[in-house]
Amino acid sequence: MISLAGRDILHGWGKFVFTGVGLGLLIGVTLVMAGVYRGMVDDGKALLDNSGADLWVVQRDTLGPYAESSSVHDDLYRSLLGQRGVAGAANITYLTMQVRKGSEDVRAMVVGIAAGRPGATPGWPPYLVAGRQITRGHYEAVADVASGLRLGERVGIRRNQYTVVGLTRRMVSSAGDPMVFIPLKDAQEAQFLKDNDAILQGRRRTAANPALNRPGVPGLLDAVLASQSTNPYVNAVLLTLAPGHAPDEVAESIRRWQRLTVYTRAQMEGILVGKLIATSARQIGMFLVILAVVSAAIVAFIIYTLTMDKIREIAVLKLIGTRNRTIAAMILQQAVALGLIGFVVGKIAATWSAPFFPKYVLLVPADTVAGFAAVMAICVLASLVSIRLALRVDPAEAIGG
Amino acid sequence: MDRPTRAGKGILIEGLTKRYGKGDTAVDALKGVDMRVAPGEVVGLIGPSGSGKSTLLKCLGAVIDPTAGRMTLGEECIFDNGWKVRDLRALRRDRIGFVFQAPYLIPFLDVTDNVALLPMLAGVPNAAARARAQELLSALDISHRAAAMPAQLSGGEQQRVAIARGLVNRPPVILADEPTAPLDSVRAMAVVRILNDMAAQFQTAIIVVTHDEKIIPTFKRIYHIRDGVTHEEAGEGRLVRESA
Repeated sequence: MISLAGRDILHGWGKFVFTGVGLGLLIGVTLVMAGVYRGMVDDGKALLDNSGADLWVVQRDTLGPYAESSSVHDDLYRSLLGQRGVAGAANITYLTMQVRKGSEDVRAMVVGIAAGRPGATPGWPPYLVAGRQITRGHYEAVADVASGLRLGERVGIRRNQYTVVGLTRRMVSSAGDPMVFIPLKDAQEAQFLKDNDAILQGRRRTAANPALNRPGVPGLLDAVLASQSTNPYVNAVLLTLAPGHAPDEVAESIRRWQRLTVYTRAQMEGILVGKLIATSARQIGMFLVILAVVSAAIVAFIIYTLTMDKIREIAVLKLIGTRNRTIAAMILQQAVALGLIGFVVGKIAATWSAPFFPKYVLLVPADTVAGFAAVMAICVLASLVSIRLALRVDPAEAIGG
Repeated sequence: MDRPTRAGKGILIEGLTKRYGKGDTAVDALKGVDMRVAPGEVVGLIGPSGSGKSTLLKCLGAVIDPTAGRMTLGEECIFDNGWKVRDLRALRRDRIGFVFQAPYLIPFLDVTDNVALLPMLAGVPNAAARARAQELLSALDISHRAAAMPAQLSGGEQQRVAIARGLVNRPPVILADEPTAPLDSVRAMAVVRILNDMAAQFQTAIIVVTHDEKIIPTFKRIYHIRDGVTHEEAGEGRLVRESA
């Protein structure tokens, strides 16, 4: 038996392919939307992976340092190094801001990293694609290539200029902003540094406070002013564990003895995925539902129109003894073929366009398989209306009268 | 009800009635129609609009059920006062050929497959079905257009393909509904000649419903239908004499 659907498609292939391309672009948008969500999750995981930490020690009762602000003393790491099972500890600061690149602004996450070396000190970029790591205590930076910065370029962070000495890749915040690594002390200053006028006003206020400027206590005012112009805080302390120690046990010990909040890798991933990008995920989920409904409506409308165009032929087919299941199969096969064309076009469009999106779009095979299954299911469901219409066609319509 | 015994070949209709609606609004479209068409015979069915032609054709085509009476197609009784054969779809496919006013060819199949589709639907292998189609297309002198699509054919060619499709399963009966209406007189006469030749060659009983004054003189026998009742009269049979 010949394929009626195949012959019909070949006969009107231009109309069919054109329709399939239109549907494919819609499917492509759907796949990209799923890719945007996957990219956000992957950015979050990359953030955790690249930090090189096993535990995150943050301000008590906060979800820091990524989901909430967190502030702990920068000497805390010393006591944490004394905890059983802790192999390494390093302060870190995160500050999302606009950094100046020439005459432009670039949205970036400025990361202050403690002195050390990559691989041994958590928080450092684990690998570079060009240049070298930071070797000086001030005014050097390593930037993600997504920032658009190049080796040797100067980048302005607050009042200071930094020279880009290294470039890294896939070092982004959970929001997809590229990271710029600078020395910790510079980052601490950048986080809390005020402008000159504000500093002068602050000193004047302090000097006017009789409790802090006592004539009988020389040096008190200078000591107070000095404490006001330095920042002894960091956002978190990243810990690496000695082999053989379970993260949960070490974390529990720190919680108990240091009265701090500690997150394991799994907990931090839960915060990032479950809280930080949860709203975005729901938003994208809504879009996916809407796109699925729109796709179904379009497929249903197209198949319905194609079937309506063939009502007389269907009546003739029924009159000459064609089984209902043959006619239903013809419509179903056309719907599936339309879905196939649409899916192939959509997949190509999504793969081609993904690199052009400003944020990371991750197209995973699982989404492709799920998308294909969804498209096929939508096409089958959308064809049911047309099949019902075709099966209700009276063969007597072919005779007329 | 017991299955009736088989009757002779051709078409035999006895006391066929068809009532639409119920009660006061009931309309009797057919009021005891009697017809007989022998194998190899082509008869005309003529009548004004609303006389019951289409209803009779639909009953004969196993598309609608008569209310009462008896119909025998070929060697098989298909309806007998409420009893009817179970698989009407197979009956239409295997035992009745249809030729319509418009050819109604399937636009996305070429000429060969338009004709071969019926045997394929009946389970005949594609190659055998196409061979049978080619044979008929040759007999109808249109084999040179076997690979053409319907839209590429003239009206007369399309009608010849439609006739081939009606004949391809070797049905004992062909119902032709205004087959010459869209054709000029030359092509109309050609179609009638083909129908007569095919009836003679395959011993098919053919009923031609027509208003076409050009072809009415070609029938040996004519059934006039008016108000649901048929009257038989002898025709001139001019074409048959010419071709004989």
